[in-house]
Amino acid sequence: MAGIELLSDQGYRLDGRKATELRKVQARLGVFAQADGSAYLEQGNTKVLAVVYGPHEMRGSRSRTLHDRAVINCQYSMATFSTAERKRRPHGDRKSTEMSLHLKQTFEAAVMTQLFPRSQIDIYVKILQSDGGNYSVCVNAATLAVIDAGIPMRDYVCACTVGFVDETPLADLCYAEESGGVSSLALALLPRGGQIALVQMDARLHQDHLEALIEAATTACKGVSKVLDEVVRQHLQEASVLTGE
Amino acid sequence: MATVQVSEAEKVYILHGIRDDLRVDGRGCEDYRHMEIETDVVSNTDGSAKVTLGHTAVLVGVKAEIGKPRPMIPNEGYLEFFVDCSANATPEFEGRGGEELGTNLSNVLYKVFSNKHSLDLHSLSISPGEHCWVLYVDVLLLQCDGNLYDAISIAIKAALFNTKIPRVNITSDDEGGKEIELSDDPYDCMRVNVENVPCIVTLCKVGHRHVVDATLQEKACSVASLIIAVTHNGTITCSRKVGGGSLDPESIFEMTETGKRVGKALHAPLMKLLQQEESLSKKRVRVGFLC
Repeated sequence: MAGIELLSDQGYRLDGRKATELRKVQARLGVFAQADGSAYLEQGNTKVLAVVYGPHEMRGSRSRTLHDRAVINCQYSMATFSTAERKRRPHGDRKSTEMSLHLKQTFEAAVMTQLFPRSQIDIYVKILQSDGGNYSVCVNAATLAVIDAGIPMRDYVCACTVGFVDETPLADLCYAEESGGVSSLALALLPRGGQIALVQMDARLHQDHLEALIEAATTACKGVSKVLDEVVRQHLQEASVLTGE
Repeated sequence: MATVQVSEAEKVYILHGIRDDLRVDGRGCEDYRHMEIETDVVSNTDGSAKVTLGHTAVLVGVKAEIGKPRPMIPNEGYLEFFVDCSANATPEFEGRGGEELGTNLSNVLYKVFSNKHSLDLHSLSISPGEHCWVLYVDVLLLQCDGNLYDAISIAIKAALFNTKIPRVNITSDDEGGKEIELSDDPYDCMRVNVENVPCIVTLCKVGHRHVVDATLQEKACSVASLIIAVTHNGTITCSRKVGGGSLDPESIFEMTETGKRVGKALHAPLMKLLQQEESLSKKRVRVGFLC
């Protein structure tokens, strides 16, 4: 296609990465003292803050209470200065509502909600800087926040957005690649069992390539899970040093 | 605003403490909590700052865009404020819950900055009547622990200090129309002079005395508060009483005097800190939330 070359002949992408390389992930748990659980995650230039409140009593409509498990309530919102062009409304538009529903679906698969009947868990995700792979970075940040809140989960939930260019799957797309007309697929995975919590794609892709793309996404997610695990263990070590254990 | 429930016994304890100039966390009536300021945290913006005051955390991003000047004042640019009370701070702010507080905060900010001496708006004009710089100041409230106005105004001052507006050249093309060219050099930019930008001081009346930088517990014990916007030479640009109780005129005079004194004392150390941070700029490691 005309314009920017997303994958050079030597196999380098726009930002110098190879096709299967992820962006640099830096994260921190327990950023805010007032929330039950919070985490901040940076994946390349995409920066996300996730905050978890709960489990607590149902707020708002009591009629939505489930008698046998907890309700997960997510809100996805972007800071108005997060995108290159200023965004007028932080949330409430269709895209944000759709993302919130996707996050809810993803975490309902992972969080052990049967342990908290008749209660609600709130997960709020805020994008401070957007540079591609928004959904995936949100899922990763929210996983850390849920762990920080001490809510039991079946496994880490790791997500990655992959694209397909020149017969090659590219892992962890940045904004320039996403908007360059690449067929992108977002996958949320529970790495230990290899279970897929959410898969989403709205572009055209030939059926033969689908398996390769999902395979690449799964590998990338497993890579992310290693990083997240490392962050959690580091945090735990720091906390136990401070409490003198 | 996020509120806490305070029992009668706690209220009496706080009141008696303040009467003797000793607050619950050991501060005096005119002391601020520990404040941390960092600029240039979000690289997508033209200027940004993050301020943590005790447990209150505020993030401000400034974006400069070219727009049409206001019809009444064709040779000046302008500022637009937007305060986003995010659900991060408290679940009550989910959906449209935070809108009321956000609108109140941005209205106060408009009033504070409507003074023509606060910022040199003439320097934001590109071609009178046609193009000017519009600075969109977006405030993101991350954690609420009382004293939002102060934290927001300090963050806005820091973010405006950090703002780098690209220089523009206006050329006339063949048909007589004007073309705007942004300079190619990313370091060729215009800075905003924030000398006269005011800082807001909130004074809460608790019992017979008033306190600066009240926490949520102290706010719950207070009758009413006074918000004063003070510049570096002690001039007041905006004054407003908030809260349900009533204040008598002597209290208002006393609180105004304290506000002027405290506000004036805020500016010099703040500017020194910002300039110090600026001088380290290339070598500085941007921490943001990672620490």
